[in-house]
Amino acid sequence: MIEISGLEKYFGALQVLKGIDLNVQKGEVLSVIGASGSGKSTLLYCINGLEPIQKGSVVVDGTDVHAKGTDINKLRQKLGMVFQQWNSFPHLTALENVALAPRIVKGKSKAEAKEIAEKQLKHVGLEDKLNVFPNALSGGQQQRLAIARALAMEPTYMLFDEATSALDPELVGEVLDTMRLLAEEGMTMICVTHEMGFARDVSDRVAFFHKGVMEEIGPPAQIFGQAESENTRKFLANVR
Amino acid sequence: MNQTISFFSGFNVNDFWFLGEAALRTLWISALSVTIGTVLGGFFGWMLYEGRLWATLTLAPVLDIFRSVPLIIQLVLFYNFAPIVGLDLDPFGSGTVILTIYTAALVANVARGGIEAVGKPMRRAARSLGMSYWQDMRYVVLPIGGRAVFPAWVGVALGVMKDSALVSVLGYVELLKASQILITRTQEPFLILSIAGAFYFALSFPISRYAAQLEKRWAQ
Ligand SMILES: Nc1ncnc2c1ncn2[C@@H]1O[C@H](COP(=O)(O)OP(=O)(O)OP(=O)(O)O)[C@@H](O)[C@H]1O
Ligand SMILES: [Mg+2]
Repeated sequence: MIEISGLEKYFGALQVLKGIDLNVQKGEVLSVIGASGSGKSTLLYCINGLEPIQKGSVVVDGTDVHAKGTDINKLRQKLGMVFQQWNSFPHLTALENVALAPRIVKGKSKAEAKEIAEKQLKHVGLEDKLNVFPNALSGGQQQRLAIARALAMEPTYMLFDEATSALDPELVGEVLDTMRLLAEEGMTMICVTHEMGFARDVSDRVAFFHKGVMEEIGPPAQIFGQAESENTRKFLANVR
Repeated sequence: MNQTISFFSGFNVNDFWFLGEAALRTLWISALSVTIGTVLGGFFGWMLYEGRLWATLTLAPVLDIFRSVPLIIQLVLFYNFAPIVGLDLDPFGSGTVILTIYTAALVANVARGGIEAVGKPMRRAARSLGMSYWQDMRYVVLPIGGRAVFPAWVGVALGVMKDSALVSVLGYVELLKASQILITRTQEPFLILSIAGAFYFALSFPISRYAAQLEKRWAQ
């Protein structure tokens, strides 16, 4: 379980997160929506410790992410992350991209790492691209590669930061399908997304962020049907 | 034909070997300086990238000096002043030290550029997989950044090899010094300098060809 309480985050003088309280249970799919600059990406970075926080805490399975003694590299193995920009390692084949972290971080043997990589590439539908370099893959394929790469660490949680925003429209579907598949398999997911269809159909809960505050959180039916917050309704009226 | 003055004599096969041997010395002092200088320069480049304030204030100006003062001045100064501080170095030693520092100063900038070439998002992606700072450096930044600045590094390496000719002023008999010796004896500057030039070319051409091939392979 991910427990966020009283989380405050500043970039210099700019307060980007203004006291976030949020728990995510195992098996839950949470979508995070909100206008550009509302702090959605920053929230994810604070969850896996890529950004330091100024106040409050983030606790993952009982471990405080930002505490001094925390082995953050170990903790991050539980928290797979997929970024807007897919960041494939250009010097490695698809297989090597996925096999790298299991090998060097988890100390798996070459053969084991290869097996894991093959399994995860199959999982995301890239089993015929094992030995291809990323620059020969489409954006959608590279994003699925990034998902496979994160899954290869066998994370408990997956964090998606607008995984489809940088993609050509015709490539969005294949990545969303992969994310749906993961949700169906019971993966715990936090998905920052602009895909309202995905948020409505796949999420257990939807959180709406507005200027660093979590304005509203609830089941999709509530958020999309009868949102309590004026800001939520306004935002949704605009994106539709 | 009468040999009028025995002091001068024509270019012969032995002289060719003499030049060849000198070319090997050029290669040796260059390879040594470039190798150590690259390691040092990589470290300096990392400090410039990571150290921010103090590196900018201390290391950067020092490297600037070594980059901008003409190599020949550095060589002569170092060779003559090293004994004063108790360093008893022969021309080869002095030349190697200065060429190494000079290489390091040039490579520092190349290396910093290489680290910068790997964007923050890429490095965050690596770290998000659980890689440590050093694993990210070793498995992501080094190969990606290294490839990005490889052509610049080859330029530095070849440049240092040519500049190593300046070590001749200290009396180290590398290719240029050897040519000068032969020119004095044979009075055939055109021939000898052409041969020396050909040797320089023969040293650098395979390197730049090999480098070009590597780049092509990486570009795929
Ligand atoms: N590294 C940084 N340094 C300074 N300010 C930053 C940094 N990263 C983000 N910000 C600022 O923090 C605020 C929140 O950014 P964040 O990226 O979390 O928003 P977001 O909700 O993900 O927006 P988007 O939908 O555009 O991705 C923005 O005002 C942004 O300019
Ligand atoms: Mg964002």
